[in-house]
Amino acid sequence: MVDRIPILKMGKYLLLSIQVDMHDQLALDLQEDLTEQIVRHRAKGVLIDISSLEIVDSFIGRMLSHIANVSRILDAKVIVVGMQPAVAITLVELGLSLEGIATALNIEKGMRWLENSVNEDEIAGEPESDEDTDAPSETGN
Amino acid sequence: MTKTQTLPLKQETDIVIIRQRVRKAAEEARLGLVSQTKIVTAASEIARNALIYGGGGQCLIELANRDGRAAVRLVIADQGPGIADIERALVDGYTSGSGLGLGLSGSRRLVDEFDLKSQPGAGTTVELWKWK
Repeated sequence: MVDRIPILKMGKYLLLSIQVDMHDQLALDLQEDLTEQIVRHRAKGVLIDISSLEIVDSFIGRMLSHIANVSRILDAKVIVVGMQPAVAITLVELGLSLEGIATALNIEKGMRWLENSVNEDEIAGEPESDEDTDAPSETGN
Repeated sequence: MTKTQTLPLKQETDIVIIRQRVRKAAEEARLGLVSQTKIVTAASEIARNALIYGGGGQCLIELANRDGRAAVRLVIADQGPGIADIERALVDGYTSGSGLGLGLSGSRRLVDEFDLKSQPGAGTTVELWKWK
């Protein structure tokens, strides 16, 4: 059985394609690996291709939500692409809405979305460098 | 494939094998792709419950027949502590662990028939049916 899902770096993005039936530990390892690589490469975006996944159960759904949340805190955008229609139908009936997770039909569309949202952020004047001078703009509440 | 098979459920990787065998059985029963996906997903949820909360057990997969329709029947049993309040366990969002609480309630929606038997101290058995 596979014991690692490869994560590829391309510019400021990380790409990964889940092509095996993941056992739970593999999903947990992926979560950790990805978090670590986002920080190491200062990635701005993560694209996760699940077009080969034949099911997404609550465990994998939770992993995807977790990845999206952690990435957001680490200032990286995440998009999940290529979900099979039967998987989407099943997920909804199971009761998982994958709220807060951006999705796209395929890799091309996903990549375009990532580039757009990362560019928007940069235009909006977010500091590119990692200086620690920017104080939180909102306090209280 | 034989009509009936029993698979062990002792470790996480057994869940993967159960998913694959259930998929095969669903294909053999000629269920549609969505039905296949639903029964495999339900099997995954229930098997994980049996492993995490019930300490493991086994999964029976049967190519069955329901009123003349080809069907897949699964019986997933554990010898764990059992469920004291079954009604409550079947409510969306209820969990005794760290999960989302969708395993039982969600799986019930994914199959055509769902039967849960459990007694405190006597383990839990879940029977799932999906037919064509």
